[in-house]
Amino acid sequence: MTNEELKKIANDIRIDIVKSIHAAGSGHPGGSLSSADILTALYFEVMNIDPENPEMKERDKFILSKGHANPALYAALAERGFFPKEELITLRKPGTKLQGHPNMHYVPGVEMSTGSLGQGLSVAVGMALANKMDNNPGRIYTLHGDGEIQEGMIWEAAMAAVHYKLDNLTAIVDWNGLQIDGKNDDVMKVAPIADKFAGFGWNAFECDGHDIEDIVIALKQAANVKDRPTVIIAKTVKGKGVSFMENEAGWHGKAPDDEQFEKAIKDLGGEM
Amino acid sequence: MADKMATREAYGKALCELGAKYDNLVVMDADLSGSTKTGEFKKVYPERFINMGIAEQDLYGAAAGLALSGKIVCASTFAMFAAGRAFEIIRNSIGYTGANVKICATHAGITVGEDGASHQTFEDIALMRTIPGMTVINPSDGVSAAKLIAQAVAMEGPAYIRLGRASVPITYSESDELEIGKGNLVREGKDVTIIATGIMVNEAIIAADMLSSENIDARVIDIHTIKPIDKDIIIKAAEETGAIVTAEEHSVIGGLGSAVSEVTSSCCPVKVGMVGQLDTFGESGSPEELKKKYHMTADDIVLKVREVLK
Ligand SMILES: Cc1ncc(C[n+]2csc(CCOP(=O)(O)OP(=O)(O)O)c2C)c(N)n1
Ligand SMILES: [Mg+2]
Repeated sequence: MTNEELKKIANDIRIDIVKSIHAAGSGHPGGSLSSADILTALYFEVMNIDPENPEMKERDKFILSKGHANPALYAALAERGFFPKEELITLRKPGTKLQGHPNMHYVPGVEMSTGSLGQGLSVAVGMALANKMDNNPGRIYTLHGDGEIQEGMIWEAAMAAVHYKLDNLTAIVDWNGLQIDGKNDDVMKVAPIADKFAGFGWNAFECDGHDIEDIVIALKQAANVKDRPTVIIAKTVKGKGVSFMENEAGWHGKAPDDEQFEKAIKDLGGEM
Repeated sequence: MADKMATREAYGKALCELGAKYDNLVVMDADLSGSTKTGEFKKVYPERFINMGIAEQDLYGAAAGLALSGKIVCASTFAMFAAGRAFEIIRNSIGYTGANVKICATHAGITVGEDGASHQTFEDIALMRTIPGMTVINPSDGVSAAKLIAQAVAMEGPAYIRLGRASVPITYSESDELEIGKGNLVREGKDVTIIATGIMVNEAIIAADMLSSENIDARVIDIHTIKPIDKDIIIKAAEETGAIVTAEEHSVIGGLGSAVSEVTSSCCPVKVGMVGQLDTFGESGSPEELKKKYHMTADDIVLKVREVLK
């Protein structure tokens, strides 16, 4: 796909995020919008997946470890054809497949049920180990919040991934600088993220998390690294694309009202 | 109906008052201070508020350290991540040591609502009450929450206090006397006893009204302290009314129903019907929808009463 096409998809995903959260009346716009370009790179350019055959044995797998960003994941999966886009507005409604946090048994393409932060990297280590045992070429990808990596379990998994030389594992950190109670730097400093992972033995580097070409290059490089896992620290803006949500911790976990919704869709150049 | 208030709101207010009374009170959180309401304390006493980031195990480990150094600690996050994620730290560093930590866990049960199953815990009471020496408190409304939190802070030793996200009717008045470890007789009755805890106390009161129109005279007891449980009030209810229905916003495995049965089975075996989460995970929806779908309403209590009286 051309860069323009990818950008268009990322923008459509952002529009879907805002629409589904508005329809739900609750949810997490900030961290969903910040990850839209990363998910576009993964689902439309990098991962070996087939919406017609979501259980394909040699597929690449993605774990949304920051499960609260599921409106972005659902939108990416629907755009990619895993399920009809019309379902997106059932987010968080009674009986929906699209639970408030992802459920792997309900949604085709969701590889892991998440929502409790900090667990996805360990599960990814397990999947990567299994693929090594089975000579399965499928790669494992994860996406984490920068606040999420305050969980100790992340660093336990980080150690294991290096110990077992999991070069089939790529983790991405959505480095938007914010969590719920404010800036990472004020709540619990996580910087320097790349240096921390590098200290554990990871191949670690930073990229622009809103430059899809840059993300794709980073992900493809990671696939060529031998004998160790790669982590990409993707610099992002929380709430990216919606002017009044950008860099505002207050937009972590609330839905826009009707007026804000209209403004958000306008910012994204979408139609109501 | 009377006013409504979430028990977590009462917690935030109570913390500010307690901060004035105890200058060694320290409040801790794990990146949820707006939701748990510890942020209210932070506004007044920023120097005695500690945010540990998204790291619940570290939160309760550090809380133990502060408490073992002379502080009274109220440490909060969502109940799933307190009782769940940090269970073994709580068991060994707080329970086993007897550290003076009050684990004030919010967003318990099905009334978490839209966030769904990953955030709805029905296991926390069961987990916490198996820890020796752990006091387990589950207030039913804002007024009782404030009273019981103040008593828990005044008491030495570990306590788990279960608080909710959703606004719930206020059923107590300021003049009501409540005491940790003593069940509260909410309503007299002779045909059956509904023993409820947390937000199910209000459902029990409604159920008792519904039952009186069927000429069933139901006693209602609020067991706000699940551990140590008030054996006397339970035994008396079993002996005088001959049948019990328990009601909790928690799994029927290991929670209030189990705790009540442990008392009755050994000394006054009567039928104990249980209303609660039936060994299944929750899902996204509004609190009221979910209470209906997962059978935790006054109607469900009425059905269960008819069943045990059959
Ligand atoms: C174990 C656990 N603790 C706490 C929470 C509540 N919670 C949900 S999102 C969030 C903040 C996440 O911040 P970050 O990882 O930076 O995500 P992003 O900024 O990308 O949205 C918290 C504390 C949770 N879901 N799981
Ligand atoms: Mg963040």
